[in-house]
Amino acid sequence: MLKYTTRRLMFAIPTLIVISFVLYVLLDLAPSDPTGNLPLTIPPEVREKIRDQLGVNDPIHVGYLKWMRQFFINEPLHIFEQATGLSIGDSSERVRVVSFTTRSPVVDLILDRLPQTLWVVGLSYVVGILIALPIGVISAYKQYSWFDQIGTFVSMVGFSVPTFFTGLLLIILFSSTLGWLPSIYDTTLRVTDFSSFWQQVKQMIMPVTVLAFYNAAQLSRFMRASVLENLNQDYVRTARAKGMKDRAILVGHILRNSMLPVVTMIALGVPTIFSGAIITEQIFRVNGLGHLLIHAIQNGDIYLIQSLTFIFAVLIVLFNLIADLLYGVLDPRIKYT
Amino acid sequence: MRKHIYLIGLFLVTSLLFSCGSPQDSEIATVSSTDRNNTMESTENLESVELNGDSRTLKILYWQAPSILNPYLSSGTKDIESSSLIVEPLARYDSVDGEMVPWLASTIPTMANGGLASDYRSITWNLRTDVIWSDGTSFTAADVVFTWMYCSNEEFGCVSSNAFKDVAQVVAVDTHTVRVEFTKPMYFPYGPFVGSLTPIIQKEQFKDCLGAAAQACTEQNFNPVGTGPFMVEDFKANDVITFIANPNYREEGKPYFQKVIFKGGGEASSAARAVLETGEFDYAWNLQVEPEVLEGMQDTGKGELLTGFGSNVERIMVNQTNNDSSLGREKRSLYLDGTNPHPFLSDLNVRRALSLAIDRSILVEVGYGDTGRPMCNVIPAPSKFVSDNNEECKTQNIEEANRLLDEAGWVRGRDGVRAKDGIRLSMLYQTSTNSVRQDTQALVKEWWSQIGVETELRHIDGAVFFGSDQGSPDTLGKFYADVQMYTNNFEGIDPSEYVESWVCEEVPGPHNDWNASNIPRGCSADFDALVEQLEVTEESQDRIETIKQINDFVVQNYWEIPLIWRARVSAKSVSLKGVKMNGWDSELWNVADWYRE
Repeated sequence: MLKYTTRRLMFAIPTLIVISFVLYVLLDLAPSDPTGNLPLTIPPEVREKIRDQLGVNDPIHVGYLKWMRQFFINEPLHIFEQATGLSIGDSSERVRVVSFTTRSPVVDLILDRLPQTLWVVGLSYVVGILIALPIGVISAYKQYSWFDQIGTFVSMVGFSVPTFFTGLLLIILFSSTLGWLPSIYDTTLRVTDFSSFWQQVKQMIMPVTVLAFYNAAQLSRFMRASVLENLNQDYVRTARAKGMKDRAILVGHILRNSMLPVVTMIALGVPTIFSGAIITEQIFRVNGLGHLLIHAIQNGDIYLIQSLTFIFAVLIVLFNLIADLLYGVLDPRIKYT
Repeated sequence: MRKHIYLIGLFLVTSLLFSCGSPQDSEIATVSSTDRNNTMESTENLESVELNGDSRTLKILYWQAPSILNPYLSSGTKDIESSSLIVEPLARYDSVDGEMVPWLASTIPTMANGGLASDYRSITWNLRTDVIWSDGTSFTAADVVFTWMYCSNEEFGCVSSNAFKDVAQVVAVDTHTVRVEFTKPMYFPYGPFVGSLTPIIQKEQFKDCLGAAAQACTEQNFNPVGTGPFMVEDFKANDVITFIANPNYREEGKPYFQKVIFKGGGEASSAARAVLETGEFDYAWNLQVEPEVLEGMQDTGKGELLTGFGSNVERIMVNQTNNDSSLGREKRSLYLDGTNPHPFLSDLNVRRALSLAIDRSILVEVGYGDTGRPMCNVIPAPSKFVSDNNEECKTQNIEEANRLLDEAGWVRGRDGVRAKDGIRLSMLYQTSTNSVRQDTQALVKEWWSQIGVETELRHIDGAVFFGSDQGSPDTLGKFYADVQMYTNNFEGIDPSEYVESWVCEEVPGPHNDWNASNIPRGCSADFDALVEQLEVTEESQDRIETIKQINDFVVQNYWEIPLIWRARVSAKSVSLKGVKMNGWDSELWNVADWYRE
């Protein structure tokens, strides 16, 4: 398995390099301008100078190689120096990947945003899973019962109603009309005592609900299908014939077998946590990674978009591998060599 | 077998821990980053805030999030306005008609008080002596000189460099007197150091950030030392700024607010909701939302709208060059010394008819409400520059428009579209994506169809339309359309530089990388003569007259069809007092005077 993992990781390197190049070319060719949001009174010549200074006008290969060097050499060196306190070469002259709009290192911006995304989007993922699995199992076990019908209906709604609609609905209901929950996520809030903790919970309820609803809808359908498939298998009939209780069959045999594809699904979905829920973060003004990405796109901040999307690409490749490995661990029939 | 269930469980638990563990880390991270300077001080601040409750905290919401607090490196109005709480210019523009008020200067220099040289080649500012930077050092002429050096550095790419382009040098006469010397006579010498674009930054803090080094000065750019009422406590780029009151602020007892939360992000209508409906914020900026939506929100009585009229005019630019897509890159929308005129928009009667057919008051009613007024000039303010020769446009006159077109020989075809010599009056009308603009487009299209002009509508994302990507065919500079609509204005209160934008030399094309300002590509020797005349006119009344003539020339030739004088529109909560909405300077210009009742 170690050999398999190493081989997969080796293959990932050229894949990621190709991905990063394609990303950069797409971004460079896309019509965006970091000076596009400046007041119109700033004359065009001045804008041109700003663009020159930022390096927007560099030819495509120069820009790409510059990013490669900053991202793959300078940034790791910087992290190493920060961690060890050593300095390698002339560290003051080393240019890190810098955002066009904030003129500050991209990695710092990302690290600043990561906690909010993990907290809100990650929690909604966990909540989604915790809701989806039991619903899926029960719906399958009691197929076509009223529980299954309602479950099907709710997950269809969750699946087909977009988050910008449910988000807005919740804001109008709980913030505008009832005034119970804040519609804007306060990132300056620090949890120090119970009341600030309660405030933190309050401001997380709506975004987490919206996302959990959406995630749960997808997963519960998947779980249901998977359990249904296993219910009619021969081993279930054998177990029944042996006189095992239904509950024991369900929990001991069916659940484990039907979890196999679902766990893979869950693992594959983890990178989407990091890419944030762009729309939901925008609606509730949660300053997560999705929010950062949208801001970067609106401002033509090429290096920030490039670094963010590249990190997402790495995560997706990585979690694909993890999903594959997990499958092997869970199902002893599968052997990687 | 059983262990596999544990494995599944383990996976779920780890993913749970994984997402729960992070917030703790983040707390440590934020606490350490914000409090790294002085833990004592911030606990004191926290206490004082708690003592006064929430009432001494001002919450401002900008739906575009500030990225940097150095206005000279800004990427948009949001950065300029958020930094205006910290750094200040020598003089600001008042909310009423943009009159100048001394800010860090003690008086406005004029010819009468001897501040302005008789040859208009230099201006001498006397600085206030009671101004102290937020770090406790005193504000001197050296800081003003440094600000000029900082922004005019060639390797820097300064956003406000235009303000300094005619400055020969800035000299510190003594510690509190500064002389700005110009390379040519400046009849309006108040460009540098006036208004929100050119505030004074501290020499001590920025001295190592000159030229190319400016980019690496993250600490300075995120936390500039200022003379203004507030200073940065914590800045999360592209998200939120926490300001605290500047203890060294020059006016005793001000600012009223001890803390300002400046949140960014989202979009305009939800920002309006946060002030007008839920009352979570005290102030929200730039709310271009349909008037009926805003009215509905105002009904709750929690907030009210503010409007400030400056020089913003929503206008339709009429392309004077042929933009047929078959012409290719070498000819399309290029002036080419007048050899590439537009097939029908070069006819003055057509352009005039287009303007006459529009009912500006309906446009105001549908898209702007109290935040817009019908406008017939490209220079709508200050009042002394406003021409009264173009009032005709305020009443829609479709009959007259039809008569003009009939007379000019444009005959209606079977499909109702007029044509002459095989040329149909069929146009492409583009603008940026914005629901108010799309409503305007639809209305105008309908009126134009009534005079036999066919219109195809198109809207382009603002970031692309207002950008100037060389490779993009959709920028307003390329103007690959027959007419396009957007709002333009001029910086400050003096339009003399703005009126130069319609000279022949400024026609965009590949020779200047489309980086030029004569977007409608109108070119006339008479017009250029008027601008030259303005450049040598000294007497202020004569200048005003010339500027009016220039305005009339542009409007009466219909290079641009003015539609609406647009106000800046923001909202504040009812309990917030002292706000004077300003259409000329930063909206937050007098934040030191704001208080809560």
